[in-house]
Amino acid sequence: MAWFERRQRGLSPQKRKEIPKGLWVKCDKCDAMLYKAELERDFNVCAHCGYHFKIGHQGYISLIMDPDTFAETDSDLRTVDPLEFKEKENYPDYMKRYQKRTGMMEAVVSGTGRIEGRLVSLSIHDGSFLAGSMGSVVGEKVTRSIRRALDLEIPLLVVATSGGARMQEGILSLMQMAKTSLWLNRLSEEKIPFVVVITNPTMAGVMASYASLGDFTLAEPGAMMGFAGGRVIEQTIGSSLPEGFQTAEFFLTRGFVDQVVPRTGLRETLSRILSYFPDREKKEELEPEAP
Amino acid sequence: MEENGPILEFEKPIYELEKRIEEMRNYAVTENLDALADEIQRLEEEVARQRRKTYSNLTRWQRVLIARHPNRPHTLDYINGMMEDFVELHGDRSFGDDKAMVSGLAKLDGRPIAVVGHQKGKNTKENVMRNFGMAGPEGYRKALRIMKLAEKFDMPVLSLVDTPGAYPGAGAEERGQAEAIARNIYEMGRLRVPIIVMVIGEGASGGALGIGVGDRVIMMENAWYSVISPEPCSTILWKDQEKAAARKADCAEALRLSATDLLQFGVIDEIVPEPFGGAHRDHETAIANVRKSILKALHEAGAQSVEERLEARLEKYSSMGAFDVVPAADDPS
Repeated sequence: MAWFERRQRGLSPQKRKEIPKGLWVKCDKCDAMLYKAELERDFNVCAHCGYHFKIGHQGYISLIMDPDTFAETDSDLRTVDPLEFKEKENYPDYMKRYQKRTGMMEAVVSGTGRIEGRLVSLSIHDGSFLAGSMGSVVGEKVTRSIRRALDLEIPLLVVATSGGARMQEGILSLMQMAKTSLWLNRLSEEKIPFVVVITNPTMAGVMASYASLGDFTLAEPGAMMGFAGGRVIEQTIGSSLPEGFQTAEFFLTRGFVDQVVPRTGLRETLSRILSYFPDREKKEELEPEAP
Repeated sequence: MEENGPILEFEKPIYELEKRIEEMRNYAVTENLDALADEIQRLEEEVARQRRKTYSNLTRWQRVLIARHPNRPHTLDYINGMMEDFVELHGDRSFGDDKAMVSGLAKLDGRPIAVVGHQKGKNTKENVMRNFGMAGPEGYRKALRIMKLAEKFDMPVLSLVDTPGAYPGAGAEERGQAEAIARNIYEMGRLRVPIIVMVIGEGASGGALGIGVGDRVIMMENAWYSVISPEPCSTILWKDQEKAAARKADCAEALRLSATDLLQFGVIDEIVPEPFGGAHRDHETAIANVRKSILKALHEAGAQSVEERLEARLEKYSSMGAFDVVPAADDPS
């Protein structure tokens, strides 16, 4: 909890990186000049083209959750170097670089919080940390979110963005796909709802496991999603892909997404979905992590 | 092409020595020279020594090459070599029939079993037909259909893994490659019958795991299994094509993708020994070893009740991964 609080008080690396200081911001997609205060008021969505700026895990916490209800969990998990991976750069050095750059320890932040009063268990990927890639800690954190949802009988929410399984942890990264997916079986058995929000981009190992297994699959406009990356597909088929291939809108028409939901309506949509399920929250068992 | 198919680069010195011995033998016979006998014997000892040295110290990259050998036994070789009455079942009942994945019912030691497996070809023509063992969503959905069939009729499932990866094509993407793999992993987690997974060749990433969840996961001695193939791993790290090509063998080492590695990581349960020099040199022995291992695994997994089996399966995958837990006070940030 400690490091997260410090981040809330001052430092916000995502914002520092993606939204430069000054009054005006240029849209990454349509080049429109946007007044920063207005952009923030618009949930970091471009007023001209609807482009969704990256907002990091903190952005989603403030977008979705009731104010001051988020309590981080599992921040005590630390990445190790099981393969002693040394190709090009030592894995521990690589990790340290990202930890310093982002102020985060890993690519997922988990916790509990409330949406319109309803307690949910959630894991949020942060793309600024190693492209949100999944190693043992990410897999374990998502698994613990599932188990917390089971223990407390509260809905599970995953906000996904990931380049896929992290290659520096080799086969152990791949096995996180199995670990998380097998625990989702238990969630189904207990009839606890699971909502996935796909954000830009969600690919490969994460898309080929829990991000595809929601009872409800929402996606942000324009979010790229899928198994293989666009460049790999183009190399395979020997031609370029049509505009909009693998976007949320593309997969909506192909039947793999329930709704494409703009950020402005995300909290309301989530709340509406949750309203279909009885509140089974076990209040006495909730123990926030010691600060 | 030699008797055993193409010669792998690192095996060349051995083949050259063998060729020389053969030539000398022929020469000795035609010229009636007994004097060469000593020299021939010396060379034979040298070949034996070199074989021992090469094959008992295979690098991970050399194993990748052996796992990809075109004459290595593939899924249908195992099915035909160790089972009877195979009834192949085609199609996913939704889009089509994926020839990179075979599935059906067979009898192993007289008992019914459902089999699914990636299928590679022995030559270019076969490989084009089999899409080099790269299945699309149809393949994964066909495999799931057969596994559900097995569950319905209470037959165990054998999954033979041998793929360079799930097919990264536009159509595969459009029809939900990611969803198909995710669905299989999820459903295999709760399938009530025993599932035995045998990695017989290449186990590349999600394409392998898409039929790779089981009660016993076994690997052949020279098979490899990892989150990514060495080549794309190298390309991602080094960007530059030439550099990436030069470093692919190092990436194979870095990824720790051998059967011994995976046994150490607790990802697999057992290693099946291969005939000296690789399964492609002696199909009969390779198939017999695999059969023996599968029968043992079926016996073990079959002894559990359904509840015990599902609990053990969840426990098995829950324990996979490596991380530390630090006291909150030690938080360095």
